[in-house]
Amino acid sequence: MKIRTVLIAGLAALGLAAPLAAEEGGHVKDYAFSFEGPFGVYDQKQLRRGLQVYLEVCSACHGLKYVPFRSLGDPDGPGLGEKAVKEIAAQYEVMDPDIGEMRAARPSDYFPKSPNPKAPDLSLMAKARAGFHGPMGLGINQVIYGMGGAEYIASLLTGFTGEEKEEAGQTFYENKTFPVGWIAMPPVLTGDDVEYADGTKATAEQEAQDVAAFLMWAAEPKMMTRKRMGFVGVVYLAILASLLYLTNKTLWAAVKRRREKAAAEG
Amino acid sequence: MGMQPYEPYQPKTRFGKWLHERLPIVELVYDTLMIPTPKNLNWMWIWGIVLAFTLAMQIATGIALAMHYKPDVGLAFASVEKIMRDVNAGWALRYFHANGASLFFFAVYLHIFRGIYYGSYKSPREVTWIIGMLIYLVMMATAFMGYVLPWGQMSFWGATVITGLFGAIPGIGDTIQTWLLGGPSVGDPTLNRFFALHYLLPFVLVGLVILHIWAFHHTGNNNPAGVDPRKDPDGLKKDTLPFWPYFVIKDLFALAVVLVVFVAIVGFMPNYFGDPVNYEEANPLKTPAHIVPEWYFLPFYAILRAFTSDVWVVQFFNWISGGIIDAKFFGVLAMFGAIIALLLLPWLDTSRVRSGRYRPMFKWWFWLLVLDFVVLTWAGSQKPEGLVPTISLIAASYWFAFFFVILPLLGLFEKPLSQPQTIEEDFEAHLAGKAE
Repeated sequence: MKIRTVLIAGLAALGLAAPLAAEEGGHVKDYAFSFEGPFGVYDQKQLRRGLQVYLEVCSACHGLKYVPFRSLGDPDGPGLGEKAVKEIAAQYEVMDPDIGEMRAARPSDYFPKSPNPKAPDLSLMAKARAGFHGPMGLGINQVIYGMGGAEYIASLLTGFTGEEKEEAGQTFYENKTFPVGWIAMPPVLTGDDVEYADGTKATAEQEAQDVAAFLMWAAEPKMMTRKRMGFVGVVYLAILASLLYLTNKTLWAAVKRRREKAAAEG
Repeated sequence: MGMQPYEPYQPKTRFGKWLHERLPIVELVYDTLMIPTPKNLNWMWIWGIVLAFTLAMQIATGIALAMHYKPDVGLAFASVEKIMRDVNAGWALRYFHANGASLFFFAVYLHIFRGIYYGSYKSPREVTWIIGMLIYLVMMATAFMGYVLPWGQMSFWGATVITGLFGAIPGIGDTIQTWLLGGPSVGDPTLNRFFALHYLLPFVLVGLVILHIWAFHHTGNNNPAGVDPRKDPDGLKKDTLPFWPYFVIKDLFALAVVLVVFVAIVGFMPNYFGDPVNYEEANPLKTPAHIVPEWYFLPFYAILRAFTSDVWVVQFFNWISGGIIDAKFFGVLAMFGAIIALLLLPWLDTSRVRSGRYRPMFKWWFWLLVLDFVVLTWAGSQKPEGLVPTISLIAASYWFAFFFVILPLLGLFEKPLSQPQTIEEDFEAHLAGKAE
């Protein structure tokens, strides 16, 4: 057992081992998402499909309290038109502190918090569940395979085995991805839970990936701006570093040559 | 006394003369920039500038963040999310600031280990070293309190665990912990005072950094050969070069290279060094499965956990102290002791040779210490199961053995290699002619 652990650690250190699941937390599948890697971007069609899955399935229990409706119009996000954003907002009611009553939400409002108090808010879930810094806590899966919270969410949604058990009056469902193996959330994606406007076939796997991508965007809406900044920053600083390298070389050449000459003459 | 430029400052304009008679501030800048610097400094001498830059960056981004942050347990987490989503370039401010802490510690560890290898702590630079260690301590306190501010799960539980260390002090521990927290547990008063101190301490750091630079400008820089520049004007000119432009340009080049990597991390993997659990709001009723501090505290966290109640040293101290020192308190003492060892370094090293380059035995023990530090970092990140406690204990023991046994004895037994007579000689041997 211990030898095996050491062996895996050794292989992992060399980057040879295949993606390993988290030390705790069961099986996480390495999906290929469009936003992985330094140049990865969100797939706007996928974000819209994921939004649809969220609105029609997940939002029955889960909130998105840090996400404002207006951000659904972000060109780096789902990029919905003004009208579509208004329509989605209008499906929700919010408390207006000025008039002291509930009213239909506007784009400037935020998605509500979870209607089911036991269901966690999903705004940041894709970042909060990026926790397989594995193997052996070295974070290699994340660097090499781009594995993050979106993989966890998609794996969890498709990880149900079909087994159920009752404990203290509550039903738990067996899940291959959930850390303790049994989760209170029932399997909700069975395929054809939504009808995609873009004609994509709504398999359970497809829906899970779409909503995972949407939640990644919900957690990190500025990712594309950030990567653009990173790219520009790296290029500019690399040019600056090259120029400083040449300046430094020229500056010191005189010092080094003078000494060399003196040594040769002396 | 102290290092003076080759030529003293002469004000040239009428205004310059007028000002110089009233406040010689230009002279101060001139003396600082034109200080003779050993010309054989290698690339490990660039971390100081990286650190100065990082401190400035942290203060600049931090002040901007403070304008949007709300130090209230009900609002803190949401205010950070607002910064990430709604504040102009708020995500950049926060990611630069959070990863800036990692850059800060990365650079400070390289800076400290460079100091250890080249004996930068030895006479006459003991005070520079001690101020440096105080900087490191204040940095740790600042980083720790800063990590609490986003009020995520690890903020809360990290603060609970670390302040709990003070609670381990026999007798007065609980009182101290309550005093630090402003209440029986981590809560609103804790968050408020941590915010106030997190804002204050960086300016204390600025003061300490000025003292640090003043101290080594007075003694002159150490250098890879460990020999002092000659005192006579001609020898001094052969051994040194003015800081401006030679080292300023060199340091800026190195800084630009470091920043390429740093900006790539911020741009492409800004959450890599953070704990994902901190994206969940603090919940005093829900303990995370695995409480780990940020990576830069892990070596000391590993030492803290290494001394469990089944270790004979712990049992021995427990017995002679009549039970006052239990495993928890011993761990706390060990953790602080590991840092105090660094403070005492100038007096623990008995060798008269400064540079590790000319110390054949020290070299090996030094690299083992570096490896030890890496192993401790890893061990601190792991759950204390399987081989981890044993590895932690061995690694923690080596840390103490290096400072309190090996280093004092080495000076007595080691036969140093012959050192160059002058910096010029070292420069000729190592660096001259390589520029072509």
